[in-house]
Amino acid sequence: MDWDLLRSSFWPMLSGGLTATIPLALASFALGLLLALVIALMRISGQPVLSAIARFYVSVVRGTPLLVQLFVIFYGLPSLGVTIDPWPSAIIAFSLNVAGYAAEILRAAILSVPKGQWEAGHTIGMSRALTLRRVILPQAARVSVPPLSNTFISLVKDTSLASLILVGELFREAQQIASFSQQFMIVYMEAAAIYWVFCLVLSTGQSALEKRLDRYVAR
Amino acid sequence: MSPADPLLRATALQKSFGGNQVLKSIDLSIDSGQVVALVGPSGSGKTTVLRCLNGLETPDGGTVAFRDGPAIDFGPKIPRKDALALRDRSAMVFQTYNLFPHMTVLENVIEGPVQVRKRPRREAIADAERLLARVGLADKRDDHPFNLSGGQQQRVGIVRALALQPDLLLFDEPTSALDPELVGEVLTVIKELAEEKWTMVIVTHELAFAREVADEVVFMDEGVVVEHGHPDQVLRDPHHERTRRFVDRLLNPF
Repeated sequence: MDWDLLRSSFWPMLSGGLTATIPLALASFALGLLLALVIALMRISGQPVLSAIARFYVSVVRGTPLLVQLFVIFYGLPSLGVTIDPWPSAIIAFSLNVAGYAAEILRAAILSVPKGQWEAGHTIGMSRALTLRRVILPQAARVSVPPLSNTFISLVKDTSLASLILVGELFREAQQIASFSQQFMIVYMEAAAIYWVFCLVLSTGQSALEKRLDRYVAR
Repeated sequence: MSPADPLLRATALQKSFGGNQVLKSIDLSIDSGQVVALVGPSGSGKTTVLRCLNGLETPDGGTVAFRDGPAIDFGPKIPRKDALALRDRSAMVFQTYNLFPHMTVLENVIEGPVQVRKRPRREAIADAERLLARVGLADKRDDHPFNLSGGQQQRVGIVRALALQPDLLLFDEPTSALDPELVGEVLTVIKELAEEKWTMVIVTHELAFAREVADEVVFMDEGVVVEHGHPDQVLRDPHHERTRRFVDRLLNPF
């Protein structure tokens, strides 16, 4: 075991994780979630055109590889005269992708709230938008935390694809160290371990969040 | 309309779901301070009438007019917004309470006044506490609904409706989801409201209660009002065979 290599490669990788992987995942997830809410609401709006657009979007995002989406944005768009830097390219691709998956989760979560809750909001005079914000979404949030956490954890790992468009995240650091040292096994295992620890921390966060949101529900 | 006019007048209300005509042509007139009990077999359209009055359903035809407005003529293309204006005048108490599970009892009650009516929070809280105390739930203000019994939840449901100070209270089978021993505590509250001259329409299967509290009983069957009148007349000496059969069945179930 090459302990020196393990030690010397740890900090570049961890710092790639903390300064690129995690921020990339967080930013993409936040933007993706916003977009997902819009798409989910379009789907359940009852307006045929909006609903069809939303369905089409989800179908395209889920039916094409994330890597291809990433390459279309970073390598493809320049031929149309649109050149986007690696970081924004990655954030755009990841958030568009997350939105496709999260939209379906949010749609299901919103529909899982009993119809009587909408009616209770309406009978005290609330508009649909106000009922959604004050009554429905807080309850839908509780339902959607476990599946959204899944999506987020997948996203954290998928950010490794950004290495292919030159974003200096965790895996790109690993690749550089590995090719320089020719110790592929050690370095890539170490990278895997760091991803795993990140995801363990996130899972703990998920449990805490679920507990918090479960306070008011009978078990 | 003048103050002598009824608080609410509904004429020729019609409503179909799919091919099923639930309301054929319903006329209803409610005076201020009056308690009207809507009774009838299940599927007779009672609940749908209530929901039309509150704007939860949009009738296919007919009119709903409150004294001093709104007065709405439901045509084929009535804008949804207009139907919603009805909600400012009435509030509904649901069979299954439909309290907001993520809010405390107090938050449930002040939600409408604060978010919709834009009343100052402190005022709304003071009113809510007073109302909760009246139904014996002052000590439950910080509990979440799941910690309450069905009877307590329904009393909160009533207080949530009262907090909006509506001109008309609508009760949709308020005790049907309750265990029998909890029915009394909810009926007691409704009876007190009747004594305070709240205007109420109550869909109920509790005929004894209807006879005691209601000023008028409306018997519906298959989407029409079969007969209406003083409770003693409709429930003891009905003019119509259908009413007679319904009352008999409820009084002698076996």
